[in-house]
Amino acid sequence: MTGRAVWITLPLLAGCSGAQSVLEPAGRDAQVLADLFWVMLAGAVVLWLLVNGLILYVTRIAPQPLSRRGAEALIIGGGIIFPAVVLIGLLVYGLSEMPKQRAEGAGLTLRVTGHQFWWRVEYWPDGADAPILAANEVRLPTGQRSEIKLNAERVIHSFWIPALGGKTDMIPGRETRMSLEPEKPGTYRGQCTEFCGESHAYMAFGAVVMSPEAFDTWLEREAADAVAPETQQARRGQQIFLSEGCGGCHQIRGTPADAQVGPDLTHLAGRTTLAAGILPMSHSALRDWITDPEAFKPGVEMPGYGHLSDDDIGALATYLMSLK
Amino acid sequence: MTDSRTSSHPAPTEEEQAARPVGTYPPTQELLDAPDDPQARAEREAQLREAWKTPRGWRYLSAVNNSEVGTWYALSAFGFMLCAGVLALLIRVQLAVPDNDFLSADRFNQFFTMHGSAMMFLFAVPMFEAISILLLPAFLGARDMPFPRLSAYGYWCFLIGGCFVLGSVLFNVAPKSGWFMYPPLATEQEGIGPDIWLLGLSFIEIASIAAAVELIVGVIKCRPPGMRINIMPLYAWYVLVVGVMILFAFPPLIAGDFLFELQRSLDWPFFDPDRGGDPMLWQHLFWIFGHPEVYIVFLPSIAIAAMVVPTASQRPIVGYSWIVLSAVGVGFLSFGLWVHHMFTTGLPSLSLGFFSAASQAVVIPTGVQIFAFVATLMVGRVKMIQPMLWIAGALAIFTMGGLTGVMLAIAPFDWQVHDTYFIVAHLHYTLFGGLVFPLLGGVYYFYPFFTKRMMSDRLGRISFWTTFIGFNVCFLPMHLTGLLGMPRRVASYSSEMGWNWLNLLSSVGGFIVAAGILIFAWDLVRPKRDQPLAPRNPWKGGTLEWSHDVPAEAWGSRSVPYVSSRYPLWEDDKFLERLDEGRFYIPDAPEGKRETLVTSSVDAEPQGALPITGPAWCTIWAAAFTGGAFILPVFKLYWLALLSGAGAVACVVYWLWTATAQVPKAPDRDVGLGLRLPVYVTGFRAPGWWAMFITMLGDATAYASIVFGVFFFWTARPDFPPEGAAHADATLIALSALGFVLAWGATITAREVNRRDRRRAARALIGAGVLCTLGAAGAMGLALWLPGMAPSSHAYPAIMYALGVWVGAHSGAGVVMLLYCLAGSWAGKLTPRYDADLVNTTLFWHFLCLMGLVTALMMGVFPRLAS
Repeated sequence: MTGRAVWITLPLLAGCSGAQSVLEPAGRDAQVLADLFWVMLAGAVVLWLLVNGLILYVTRIAPQPLSRRGAEALIIGGGIIFPAVVLIGLLVYGLSEMPKQRAEGAGLTLRVTGHQFWWRVEYWPDGADAPILAANEVRLPTGQRSEIKLNAERVIHSFWIPALGGKTDMIPGRETRMSLEPEKPGTYRGQCTEFCGESHAYMAFGAVVMSPEAFDTWLEREAADAVAPETQQARRGQQIFLSEGCGGCHQIRGTPADAQVGPDLTHLAGRTTLAAGILPMSHSALRDWITDPEAFKPGVEMPGYGHLSDDDIGALATYLMSLK
Repeated sequence: MTDSRTSSHPAPTEEEQAARPVGTYPPTQELLDAPDDPQARAEREAQLREAWKTPRGWRYLSAVNNSEVGTWYALSAFGFMLCAGVLALLIRVQLAVPDNDFLSADRFNQFFTMHGSAMMFLFAVPMFEAISILLLPAFLGARDMPFPRLSAYGYWCFLIGGCFVLGSVLFNVAPKSGWFMYPPLATEQEGIGPDIWLLGLSFIEIASIAAAVELIVGVIKCRPPGMRINIMPLYAWYVLVVGVMILFAFPPLIAGDFLFELQRSLDWPFFDPDRGGDPMLWQHLFWIFGHPEVYIVFLPSIAIAAMVVPTASQRPIVGYSWIVLSAVGVGFLSFGLWVHHMFTTGLPSLSLGFFSAASQAVVIPTGVQIFAFVATLMVGRVKMIQPMLWIAGALAIFTMGGLTGVMLAIAPFDWQVHDTYFIVAHLHYTLFGGLVFPLLGGVYYFYPFFTKRMMSDRLGRISFWTTFIGFNVCFLPMHLTGLLGMPRRVASYSSEMGWNWLNLLSSVGGFIVAAGILIFAWDLVRPKRDQPLAPRNPWKGGTLEWSHDVPAEAWGSRSVPYVSSRYPLWEDDKFLERLDEGRFYIPDAPEGKRETLVTSSVDAEPQGALPITGPAWCTIWAAAFTGGAFILPVFKLYWLALLSGAGAVACVVYWLWTATAQVPKAPDRDVGLGLRLPVYVTGFRAPGWWAMFITMLGDATAYASIVFGVFFFWTARPDFPPEGAAHADATLIALSALGFVLAWGATITAREVNRRDRRRAARALIGAGVLCTLGAAGAMGLALWLPGMAPSSHAYPAIMYALGVWVGAHSGAGVVMLLYCLAGSWAGKLTPRYDADLVNTTLFWHFLCLMGLVTALMMGVFPRLAS
């Protein structure tokens, strides 16, 4: 990464600390698992202290030698009976969660496909026969369990929003599934957790949880075509977008650009982040990204447009930033 | 084998009579107390010294003795560990601060891939084998390992392969898809990185299996007379369990490597979902290997603890049988846990529940072992010798790793923390506690045995506390880092994520660990010539290794003892004297040959005094050519590789021909204590037979893994076999099956006919066997080729071809073995009485015939039923 890469993260996702934490749950599944963790942690600390206290006692404080019979009792009691009881309890408690967290979602279905190194996101509201296409951001309503279907294009990725629940791998040639039940509206962060190549570290996404009403409003707008450019600068940007062949990879619905090789950009500026969760959604970040994507995401398939003049890139960024 | 007992057997034939022990066994008190002649004793000592002399000067490298090979092996593995440790430090530098550009993402990926791969394949497993090669003969009062040249060959393969794989980092071409090499990422990676991983590590795995075979045979056949299986040192039990685990765990990975490399070099699409393949097949094969691997590296360290703890407590181990059962139990269970590495791949809940429970179950045998050690400490008065400090530290760390392991075994919790730093913390707690600490403690403990000098107690304690504190500073925070959402294997992270101080702390800790390890390394290698020799039994241990000679002697054990208790040095006060005066078995080397005593597998009754191989260069040549056969294909030099492979076969044949199964001058010899033992044995009495049998079990496991692949595709893919696909030609497949059966029959008949002294008929049958094999393999090839099955078009023809390649290669080996026997018969090396080569070839043929028939079913019958 170049030195420029250093600044990118400073203003990124203000207050993001904790946005990707298992311990600050914002969904039902994550909440249950966080509770499970605290219980298991307490148990583990007690057991660790007991076992190591015993070893310390034996080796340092030299007690009265134990009889052979006592020794056998220790082996059977400590090694077999005690763990068997504890583990059976833990298994019942822990595994009973599994069917609940894997229950089929009702209402909204998301289909997320992992690409190197970005996410194609399709929204399928109940009964829809065509998806609403987006990318690099997942929005979910509270108050319901949404179904999430997962695919991968070339290599394995893993889809994870820690604040909402556990992860599931995305495997080429297969469809995997999971479901999430968000509870607290807010902006969180998800990240790819299966090593997927050079820029595995730079494959994240924003995860926005909204009230059902807000979500419906948002989805309606997301389904619409892109707004037409209003300013001179933005119109020039659109021209450049089309003449430079950006439409060979990207789709902006409502314009001739209709390819789906790269992320859909119809409502790019409405997202919380740029470039799959690694840059803030700002004009300057967008300029830098278009100039040299490789500097932020090594191995990315998008070519750099450094050969364009500063003005042209600025116009392009202005156009894209207008796509709310 | 007293006379009365011999007579209870059915009347033996003349040949069998010659292969049986004659005389008194077990030795009587009078025989053990018989006075001996100091003059004769000195002569015998001189004979032994001459026979076991270690080559000097540049010829030193041709040594094959376990003490030499074991030392090289251990030091090389330690060297690779330091290199992999340096990679870890570079990783920690990169992650110390957010948005760091110290390493590019590409280099970072190479480094973490090689850190994991090297620690696992170049350090953990080889280190166990190295230490076991060094120690096992001493635990068993044996002179050496049963196949010294095989150990040497394994070592040189390991060194060549290790340098090749690890060296790739220096040229910026290292594999960079993670040590787990998941396709499609790894199959699609450009460059030679994945090939280096696949071929280089397969090469090392084969060397590892060779060492495992030797260790298993060592435990089964080379125990001293009287050491029944229930009184052998616990270390030997662990070697047996771990050896068997390697035997069944590595082959699935080798089979996976085989398919993987076929995909990379010939584009056969086993893991390509677009052409009927499935990337999940690799994950299953990898973790069927990968999970037992965890216990393969953990149990040997428990084994060290099992030797140190009784010494520290000055009491015999408590719960010997419990420990043995638990070790065997862990071994079994470890093969039923692999799916817990795949909890997030979307497998059915029922399967996850089963594997969750199985993963929890492993706590019980592990707990039993730990509590048995605690109980042993409690029945004695613990002397906190320095090695014991490391063991106690290991327990403190390991219990923590075990407890987080219990958390992870709950599948839903794993969905949260899988592939985060929580896992990184967990696995390092288990590996440092379950491998590194006991190992370093073991080095301190056994160092006086290896070198006859002590390491420094003061440096040892400093090193312990530095490593212990550094380790916890490094890895304890990682639990939290993971819970705060940091995924594994990320080359960088943003400062906004709240992971900054945790990572910085971990990096500081990493360097403290490095300092601790360096102090240890200095203590290990610092010159100790001016130091006095160590006492013979510095920790006052009770097992046979502390009967070693100070100063060192190359013969291993002055005489091979008769053992009747678990702690002979504690329980028999005349033991050492008898041993040193050569009053036990084979105290001499009248023909100047290196020999070892072979005993029965359960009761350790003596069966033979067999010559074993001595120093040789051909092992190094064989290793170099084998290396060529594996390394050259990385650079697409297939013909040279084939040539190199032929060179390797030639070297091995030369080595076997000149040094193994030689027709002896006399059928038996006086081994002392009134016993005469045969010097040539065949069948299940012979270590060679066991080695072949055990190797073929591993080989059959690899083959079974490919067959598993067929069934996996069938269940996981709707288009297997694809509609309207060409199948193998049924008639030719039937002919091929017939050919394998005929060749098998010819081999067995040749063995029987040869025993009846009809050598010409035997030769004719062997020749017929060769022709049948060639015909069978040829028919199988044609059966695939004629119907136009194109292996690169779909996973179905690809895996059929893979089965064909596997059987074809084995047919080649079968032909070489038959020709070897034929040549032996002509040259007088294989006679009606001395037919071990033919007996072992027959054993190989049982397996080959089975593989041929199963393959015929898979090619000819299964697809027609399945489609």
